[in-house]
Amino acid sequence: MTNKKNWPLWEVFIRSKNGLSHKHAGSLHAADAEMAIENARDVYTRRSEGVSIWVVESRYITASSPNQAESLFDPADDKVYRHPTFYNLPDEVKHI
Amino acid sequence: MDPKQKALAEQFQARIDADEKIEPKDWMPDAYRKTLIRQISQHAHSEVVGMLPEGNWVTRAPSLRRKVALLAKIQDEAGHGLYLYGAAETLGIDREELLEELHTGKAKYSSIFNYPSLSWADMGAIGWLVDGAAIMNQVMLTRTSYGPYARAMVRICKEESFHQRQGYEILLTLCRGTEAQKQMAQDSLNRWWWPSLMMFGPSDEASTHTQQSMDWRIKRKTNDELRQQFVDATVPQADFLGLTVPDPDLKWNEARGHYDFGEIDWAEFWNVVKGNGPCNRQRMQARIKAHEEGAWVREAAMAYAEKRQKRQEERKAAVA
Repeated sequence: MTNKKNWPLWEVFIRSKNGLSHKHAGSLHAADAEMAIENARDVYTRRSEGVSIWVVESRYITASSPNQAESLFDPADDKVYRHPTFYNLPDEVKHI
Repeated sequence: MDPKQKALAEQFQARIDADEKIEPKDWMPDAYRKTLIRQISQHAHSEVVGMLPEGNWVTRAPSLRRKVALLAKIQDEAGHGLYLYGAAETLGIDREELLEELHTGKAKYSSIFNYPSLSWADMGAIGWLVDGAAIMNQVMLTRTSYGPYARAMVRICKEESFHQRQGYEILLTLCRGTEAQKQMAQDSLNRWWWPSLMMFGPSDEASTHTQQSMDWRIKRKTNDELRQQFVDATVPQADFLGLTVPDPDLKWNEARGHYDFGEIDWAEFWNVVKGNGPCNRQRMQARIKAHEEGAWVREAAMAYAEKRQKRQEERKAAVA
């Protein structure tokens, strides 16, 4: 190969049907957004897996770090009062 | 190993033992990363090179039905290669490096694709046996410990079962045809049976990677376990076709509840792995030729994308 630039990496999100969210399907390389959509169509929806595609260049995604997982997510662990089962109600009370 | 690394390694193994999945940004031992890059890229290369023996028969498929099915299967193999390259790239190696390793022979691909596809029946045998063996391995890998690899495998397994069925249907049709057609099917089984058994890799005693890969739960079954599973599933299918598996030692073992089968020709196995199979050179030449002849397309697409973006920026600047 010469000094040519390679196609950037894109992340692909597919909505499998209306009413559902787009979900991460995988990644691929493409020269631009339009080609990324076309390639995503061929790579990820060959069997009618989607009705809508989002693509975003991977370098624009900011992700939390696994090292931060404790500080980010542990505080939720001891807040059981955020769940309905924390509250004691007699069985006779219906529809609640 | 310094204490901090040792603690990390212990935590990592504990996560594996608890059947947690490892994701791209998680800490992992270098050897785990290297093993995965080697295995996933080898798997990706196999999908890509695997298109070549089948491509050989697209223009000679006996009917339109067979032709669209074969084309769809080959297109799937390209897709599978892409899912797997994508999974490998999450480990910090890029596509260009992966292809470079394939083209220079540093990376391996499944030796099965170094055998020639000589007759139309081979399209049947490849789908039935080669995809069948691959499925055994891939179903196991849907539970592998590395998240992106496992997810790629789930997609691949869903798509792969059509491949095996279309192959078996081809052989079934030949076996119900004329004597010459049935003979063609038998000849194909004779040539593909042993190389298919070799797809599971060296025997457990000779496999250098198996134990560590089992400990890391990259693999969940050994080569010999998978090979046995394949033989047990496939022999009754051969019987149904009315074909004879080319192994005089093949026999149902009531006590074990499995088929006993003959010794694999390991000298042939290692010879093909080392690059001396019937088609090793031809396959790599075709791969490199396709890559080089496609270079101008990749470059032109990139130049066009850059030009368009530059124009857009200029237009924006002019409006502002």
